[in-house]
Amino acid sequence: MSELIALSAAQAGKRVRAGEVSPAELFEAYRARAAAEELNAFTWVAEARPGAGAGDATAPLAGVPVAVKDLFCTEGVPSQAGSRILEGYRPPYSATVVAQLAAAGAPLLGKTNQDEFAMGSSNENSGYGPVLNPWDRGRVPGGSSGGSAAAVAAGLAPWAIGTDTGGSIRQPAALCGIVGLKPTYGACSRYGMIAFASSLDQAGPLTRDVTDAALLFSAMVGRDPRDSTSLAFPAPIAVPRRTDLKGVRLGVPEELTGSGSGVEAGVRSSFEATLALAEALGAEIEPCRLPHAPHALAAYYVIAPAEASANLARFDGVRYGLRVDGDGTLDTMYCRTRAAGFGPEVKRRIMLGTYALSSGYYDAYYSQAQKVRTKIAEDFAAAFAGFDFVVTPTSPWTAFPLGAKSEDPYAMYLNDFCTVPMPLAGIPAVSIPSGLSDGLPVGFQLAGPAFSENRLLDAAFALEQAIGFDLAPALGLGA
Amino acid sequence: MIDREQVLHVARLARLALSEEEVERMATELSDVLAQIEKIGELDLADVPPTSHVIDVVNALRPDEPHVSLPVEVALAAAPAPVAGGFGVPSPGDS
Amino acid sequence: MTVGYEPVIGLEIHVQLSTRTKMFCGCRLSFGAAPNTHTCPVCLGLPGSLPVINERAVQSAIMIGLALGCEIAPRSLFHRKNYFYPDLPKGYQISQYDVPICSDGRLGDVRIHRAHLEEDAAKLTHLGESGRIHGAEASVVDFNRGGTPLVEIVTEPDLPSAEGAREWLILLRTTLRTLGVSDVDMSQGSLRCDANVSVRPAGSTALGTKTELKNMNSFKFVKDGIEAEIERQVGLLEAGREVVPETLHYDPRSGRISSLRSKEEAHDYRYFPEPDLVPLEATAAMIAAAREAIPELPAARAERYERELGLSADKAWELATRPERADYFEAALAADSAEAVALANWISQLVERIGPDADPAASRVTPAGLAALVGMVGARQVNQNAARDVLSMLVEDGGDPRAIVEREGLGAISAEDSGLAEVVARALAADPAAAAKVREGNDKAIGPLVGFVMRETKGRADGGEVRRLILEQVGG
Ligand SMILES: [Mg+2]
Ligand SMILES: [Zn+2]
Repeated sequence: MSELIALSAAQAGKRVRAGEVSPAELFEAYRARAAAEELNAFTWVAEARPGAGAGDATAPLAGVPVAVKDLFCTEGVPSQAGSRILEGYRPPYSATVVAQLAAAGAPLLGKTNQDEFAMGSSNENSGYGPVLNPWDRGRVPGGSSGGSAAAVAAGLAPWAIGTDTGGSIRQPAALCGIVGLKPTYGACSRYGMIAFASSLDQAGPLTRDVTDAALLFSAMVGRDPRDSTSLAFPAPIAVPRRTDLKGVRLGVPEELTGSGSGVEAGVRSSFEATLALAEALGAEIEPCRLPHAPHALAAYYVIAPAEASANLARFDGVRYGLRVDGDGTLDTMYCRTRAAGFGPEVKRRIMLGTYALSSGYYDAYYSQAQKVRTKIAEDFAAAFAGFDFVVTPTSPWTAFPLGAKSEDPYAMYLNDFCTVPMPLAGIPAVSIPSGLSDGLPVGFQLAGPAFSENRLLDAAFALEQAIGFDLAPALGLGA
Repeated sequence: MIDREQVLHVARLARLALSEEEVERMATELSDVLAQIEKIGELDLADVPPTSHVIDVVNALRPDEPHVSLPVEVALAAAPAPVAGGFGVPSPGDS
Repeated sequence: MTVGYEPVIGLEIHVQLSTRTKMFCGCRLSFGAAPNTHTCPVCLGLPGSLPVINERAVQSAIMIGLALGCEIAPRSLFHRKNYFYPDLPKGYQISQYDVPICSDGRLGDVRIHRAHLEEDAAKLTHLGESGRIHGAEASVVDFNRGGTPLVEIVTEPDLPSAEGAREWLILLRTTLRTLGVSDVDMSQGSLRCDANVSVRPAGSTALGTKTELKNMNSFKFVKDGIEAEIERQVGLLEAGREVVPETLHYDPRSGRISSLRSKEEAHDYRYFPEPDLVPLEATAAMIAAAREAIPELPAARAERYERELGLSADKAWELATRPERADYFEAALAADSAEAVALANWISQLVERIGPDADPAASRVTPAGLAALVGMVGARQVNQNAARDVLSMLVEDGGDPRAIVEREGLGAISAEDSGLAEVVARALAADPAAAAKVREGNDKAIGPLVGFVMRETKGRADGGEVRRLILEQVGG
């Protein structure tokens, strides 16, 4: 059993395809672990391997089961977006990405815990309890895709998908010591993803290594006629093979890595060690400028809550989900349903977003934030004229103890300092584990221009080989 | 800065019932966050166009072709108060 | 009572487009289907669902814009209009805000401010006592209508009166019907009209406080409602009171206007660009295709009838603004060699018999049949009176007018018919005094002689022909 679990998804797939392992055996190995897990990483685990199509040994994903973040609608399966307002909700349809994975042969293993409606960076905002970090169960796994990250890091799933709005794939990947890719906006369909911030949300893979990320991502991309904002990926997603970084120019933005960035010492030294490795692989490393990046967090915390305030208006107790009737009036039903169903952080962001859009404040907040967004995209475009990739630490710090930042919303928001500028510009970024700091994983982030995922994953692969990060302590497979 | 009155007004727009304690806490927390956010107001961006979409796509249109709708029992499956083939709600007032 | 004041009226019209599917999903539009049988994740606002714009709805909107002489925006946007109501599944309506697809047009004497695309709300039905939820009154939502494509047309405040508003609305309906983009049936809600009404002292250019009169669902109620509101406002001003800006409802049964209490809560729709949709660019090709799809519009048709067929302006307008009559007219013209002016007059006769709202094409009188009858009148094969009888018979039972004339013996007795000259001779013999007066040039005396001939021929003789023969015979 543990021998199977020790395999990466790509390796397991190879075995399945060679007929050395049956899809059923592989599925059951993971299903048993997921069903018995103690990290609270799953909100639902499949009881059996789905029939028809999924789990086909000859399909591209060769029967390797996948864990899916709760907010992806999955037909007939609880899809609650980590919120009590959707407790027990089983949608009548599946998200396009979920259907694509099934069609590619990856059976659904389970749904993973997350911050409520993807609002959070610690998974403590889940309506179904926090997820524990497999490296240290007293610490958070990051968020909002914390369940997916913890499940992959702990060997409860071979791989998983999540969503990233301001860092929700990359930051938990960093805190759990795995790989997380936030694709170019539009690369993967958003149809069936319970929306947080529509202009920022993107689905992506969380995997043990870069090769798995490329493989899973290859089954997720594509233009979806049901998502007006989706785009055809211009090239097939290739298996990354590059082993050097000769001629690759890496820009290190002062604004996200300098003294003002709040990056803690252990993270900084891992980041610098990784830069040294990159240089040894042939990369050219220079400082670069992203003058508006320090304002990204503020712009993000206007735009995302504003969109969310509208996206979450549909949770009104009429068609699905929780309903709390009060004195028999419609308004009381609305207000009490939403008060009872949403957690504190969701309420905070709905309030923030409603305020930012309200009469008299739109120009000062929403419109100004959209202009900042324009400047951030311009900053990146300018940087990419001189550099292949921009690199930063993924998170300013490593996994923090449960409860450590819960009392101060803004301190919690600072988690996203280095990850928020990329979704604002719609560009892809990947986080790979760069080492440990005090026994906790540190993430290294590479960001590239729109649709540069093949190059980005190639560079990440080369670095990954040089870093040689060991996930074994989290996998907990013993000897 | 956002005061109590504004919190109540915004909560009303958002149809959120807040307890007295939540109103107080919301006023403080939102004020703290807004204090950070308001720094973007200092940037001179008068001539900068706003970005609402990062992708350069227009006219994502759908042909006027019917699909199969959901069976009514599926449409109503998750309804908290199904009534007479529809979704029951408390009657709105006049407005 | 309203003397000394003039009203300022603008209309806001919602037009349901008759596409096959909804604005943002592939559910079929439904008419009278069982509740919630035309829904899907998109139009139910299920979590995770996304809207996709219906291409056909865009074309219809461009056609409407062109027909109303609007500018078509090269790039327009959709916005979210946020408010809570049970008929609005997402908590926002997808509409257009600061950049509508059509703007600055004109229809007749009325300027069009804008026309934009949006989605319709669902249907909310009050259950009353029968359906209580937790002891309180309940309503039920049916999402079949939710998401139906709408074009909202907003006029400038150019309508001169309640009657003028009614007339203009009929012209708009005819134009939209001709475009074929909507059923434009007010009783079914596919054409809905709100009015913004204010009054000011006659001759003043300042605008008074306006009120919004909601959802008057017939042309008559539009007129009556606006009239009642004008009176109400003038009454207030005369009494030294103020008009309060508010949303009002006109009850056609009582004729009373009541306020739709908006609870002192000013609406704050928090419009922002819909991030789930991309901008809409009306390309030259799209505009050309829409232009191509526009049939001849009423105003152009009337002008053509006047210019090419010699119809009077009134007759041309009467036909052209009622496409069903105009289509019938053109079918009849094509079927036979009947003369256009006469044919137009006979269509009025037909309409008198079948009622003003009936479609002549649905009557028993075929266009070819009417044309044949009018042709016979023109060729003096049947006289006017007899032809009227034949038309009545056609309306009743249908059939071929020639056969009816034959069967009923209604054919005109013409000059060539030697019998007619003989009857005229008998008439002169029967009333020699009258014959003598006619001979002396007393025209009035001819009447009894003609009457005699008509009696004898059972009305089949042609009046003109009879006169000619009388004059011929007395003159010697
Ligand atoms: Mg409207
Ligand atoms: Zn639908």
